[in-house]
Amino acid sequence: MSDSDGEPGSYGQSEEEERAVVLGIDFGNDSNMLITLLVGVFAIYLIGGVVIGLPFRGLMNQIGQLSFWIAVFAMSALALNLHWGYTGLFNIGIVGFMATGVYITGVLSKPVFGAGTSAAEVGGFGLPLLVGIAGGMLAAALLGLIAALPALRLRADYLAIVTIALSEIVRFSLLSDTLSGTDIGGYRVGLGGGDGLILDYGDPLEVFVRTASVPFDLVFGQSGWLWEEVYLGVIVEAVSGPIPTNPKPVVDNFAYAFVLLLVLGGFYVLITRIGSSPFGRVLKSIREDEDVTNALGKNTNVFKIKSFMVGCALMGLIGILWFGTQGSVTPNTFRPRITFYIWIALIIGGAGSNTGSVMGGAIFAAFLFQGPRYFKNVVETVLGNPSAPSSFGQAMLPISQGDVFPMLLYVLDSIRQLQLFLMGVVLIWLMHRRPDGLLGHRKEAASSIPLTRPAKNSEVATDGGEDQ
Amino acid sequence: MTAALVFIGVVLLLDLLRQLLTGDLAISGMLGLIKDGLMRGLVIGLAGIGLSMTYSILNFANFAHGDYITAGAFSGWSVTYLIAGGFGADANIGSLALVGAGGSVFGGALGINVVNTPLAVLAGLVVAGVLTIGLALFTDRFIFKPIRDSGGIPLLITSIGVAFALRYLILFMFDSDTRGTTAAGSVPGIRPLVLDGTVPLTLHDGFLVLVAGGLMLGVHFLLQRTKLGKAMRAMSDDESLARITGIPTERVIRSTWIIGGGLTGVAGYMFVLWKGTLSWNDGWLLLLLIFAAVILGGIGSVYGAILGGLVIGLTASTAVIWIPSGFARAAAFVVMILVLVVRPQGLFSGRSTA
Repeated sequence: MSDSDGEPGSYGQSEEEERAVVLGIDFGNDSNMLITLLVGVFAIYLIGGVVIGLPFRGLMNQIGQLSFWIAVFAMSALALNLHWGYTGLFNIGIVGFMATGVYITGVLSKPVFGAGTSAAEVGGFGLPLLVGIAGGMLAAALLGLIAALPALRLRADYLAIVTIALSEIVRFSLLSDTLSGTDIGGYRVGLGGGDGLILDYGDPLEVFVRTASVPFDLVFGQSGWLWEEVYLGVIVEAVSGPIPTNPKPVVDNFAYAFVLLLVLGGFYVLITRIGSSPFGRVLKSIREDEDVTNALGKNTNVFKIKSFMVGCALMGLIGILWFGTQGSVTPNTFRPRITFYIWIALIIGGAGSNTGSVMGGAIFAAFLFQGPRYFKNVVETVLGNPSAPSSFGQAMLPISQGDVFPMLLYVLDSIRQLQLFLMGVVLIWLMHRRPDGLLGHRKEAASSIPLTRPAKNSEVATDGGEDQ
Repeated sequence: MTAALVFIGVVLLLDLLRQLLTGDLAISGMLGLIKDGLMRGLVIGLAGIGLSMTYSILNFANFAHGDYITAGAFSGWSVTYLIAGGFGADANIGSLALVGAGGSVFGGALGINVVNTPLAVLAGLVVAGVLTIGLALFTDRFIFKPIRDSGGIPLLITSIGVAFALRYLILFMFDSDTRGTTAAGSVPGIRPLVLDGTVPLTLHDGFLVLVAGGLMLGVHFLLQRTKLGKAMRAMSDDESLARITGIPTERVIRSTWIIGGGLTGVAGYMFVLWKGTLSWNDGWLLLLLIFAAVILGGIGSVYGAILGGLVIGLTASTAVIWIPSGFARAAAFVVMILVLVVRPQGLFSGRSTA
C-alpha cells in the first residue's frame, strides 16, 4: 500500500532518482522504466530464438504469444488493482468472474442448436458476439454484487474466503450435470458440464475488425472492408513474403495481441481516470481508513460495491478475451491458480500503481509464465528433444550412480508444475523483501496540485512528494 | 434474515419427511449419508483445530494449511507403503516410497488396511503427524516469523505462496495420479440391518472415530488442565498483555504449531485411510471446508472447530438429499457464507480456545 513508513523530512525521491539514471535513461520516470522493460523483454526473446536458430515462423509465434500474455496479465493486474490497490478489497476469486464472463458470452453468442450440431453439444442464443460480451461482463458484475453484498461488512480475510469459495462454487456449477443443458424458450442451451463448451461463435478477431470497419463500409460501400481488403488483402499478403505457407495464423496471433494491447490501453486510461476522479479518491480513502471515510459522510458500502462490480466486469471481459479465442472452454481450466497468477503480477508491480500493474503483468508474463516454457523449448531444441524419465523415481535412480542428467531432463519436462512452485517461492520472497512491489511505495498527494516546493526537476512533484 | 433461514430449514425438513414417507429416500440411505458426513466432519474438525488455533493466536488465515494435510498424507502413506511392501520385498522400493507413482504399485495389491497391516498404518500415522509438525515449524520459522509484524493480510498472501509452492512440489515428486491406497471392499466391516436396508460400517470408520475422538479429547485436556492451554487462551486474547505477564509467547506459538501441525498431518493420513484414495489436490479441496468449519465454530475456538467440522461434514454429505450431487460441496460453502452474514463471530464466539 502506498502509505508505507516515509521517513519524515525526506523530500520527494531525489536520492533514489539520482541513482536511477543509467546509460542516459531516467529510470525514475515510470513510463521510461516500462518501455525499457518491454523492449528488454522482447529483445531477450528474439535473441534467445535467433541463438537456437528457431525458424522465423516459430519465432514470430513466440513473440505474438508473448504479447498476448503480457496484455492479458497486465489487464488482469489493472482490474485487480482497482479492487485491492485502490479500494482495499481482498478478492481472491478472480477466476470465478473470468469463467462467468466467458461462459455467459458463450451461451449468448453460440449459434442456435440445430441439425448441424452433435446431439451431445448444446447450442446458444445466436446473438452477435458483441452483445454476448456485454452480457458476459454484466453477468460477472452481477456475480460480483452477489459476492459483495454479504462480504463487504466483513474483514478483508473473510472477503478473501468468501470470494475464493464463490469461485469454486462457479466451477462446481460449470461442472454439474444439472446445468449442462436444458431448453429455455425453445433454445437448447446450457453450460456443457464437464465436457465444457465449444465456442463456435466465429473468430473474435474477425468480429472486432469487422466492427471497426463499419465507418469504412459506409464510405466504400462494401461490408467488412477493413477485414476483406486491408487485413486479408494487404497485411496477410505482405506477410506471405517471409512466411510463404499459411501466413494467416501468424498474422492472426499478432493482430489479436494488438487488439488486446489496445484494450489494455483502454483499461489503463479507465482505471487511471477512476483513480483520479472524486469517486476514486473516496475509494483510496476507504482503503486507508474506512471509518474516517464513513464519518465524513460517504456511504462506503455503496462505493465498495460499485468498485467491486466494475472490477468484476473488467475481469469478466478479460476472461472473454483470454479464453474466448481458444475454441472451447472446460470448467477445470478455471482453477484458483489463475487467481494466484494475477496476484503475483500485481504484487510484483506494486498494488496501488497502474504503471506498476502493467509492469508486473509484463514481468510475470515474460519471466514467470511464458519464460520457463520458452526456456524449455529452447533447451529441448538445443539438446535435440531428448526423452525424459517418466517419473520422479526414475529420475532419482541415476543420481545414486552420480548421473544427474536424467533428473535435469525430468525437471525440464515437468516445468509446468515447477513453475508454479517457483511462483510460490517468488511470492514468498516478494512478501519478505518487496511487499510494495516495484512501484507500490509511492506517496500520493491528497491535493490535485503539487504541494512540494517547485524543484528544478519537475518530475519530483508529479511523482508524489509529501502529504503536507 | 434469521426468520428466512428458519423458514428454509423447516421447508427442507418437511421435504425430508416427504421423501422418507414416499420412499424416495430410504431411512438406511439417510443414515448412511449421516454416517458419511460425521466421518468427514471428524477429519475436518481435527484439521480445523490447528487452523483455528493459529488463526486466533497469530491472527492470519493460513491458506497453506490444506497443503500441510496433503504433505502429511503423502509422507505417512509413503511410510505405510514401504512397510506394507516389505521395504522392497514386494515391489520396487522407489515406487513404494513414491506411493506408487505412475501406477507402479497399488495399495490394494499390498493389502493395506488396519487389520492386515496394523504396524504399517500406525507407523504411517505417526510419521504423517511428525513430518507435518516439522513442516509447520519450518515454514513458521523461515517464512512466517520474519514478517509476523506486518499484519494479517501480508501473512495471508505469503501463506498462499507457501500453499502453491508445497502443492506443486508434491505434484512434481508424486505426479498427478489419484491412487487407491487401500484394498477396496476388503476392509472388514459389518452391515447392520436398519428398518429398510443396511448401513455399511467398516473398521476404518471405527478407527477414524477412535483416533480423531482420542486426539480431540487429548486437546481438550491439554487446553483445560495445563499451563500451556491457559497461556494459549491468554495469547489469543491479547498478545502484548500475555507477554507482559511473563508468558513466553514465542514458545507458546511454537507449541501451537506443534499441536496444530500434528493434528493436521494425522487428519490427512486418516482421511486417506478412510476414503481409500490419495491425490495431490486432496488438501486444497478440504481446506475451504475447513475454513467453513472454523468460521462456523468461531475463530479460535477448538470446540467450535470440532462442532463446525461436524456440521460442515454433515452438510456436504446430506445435501444430496435435496440438491444434485454436483452441488454438495457448494452447499457447504453456502452455509459458510450464510454464517458470515448472520453471525460472523461464529457459534462459539468470544470463547477463544475454550
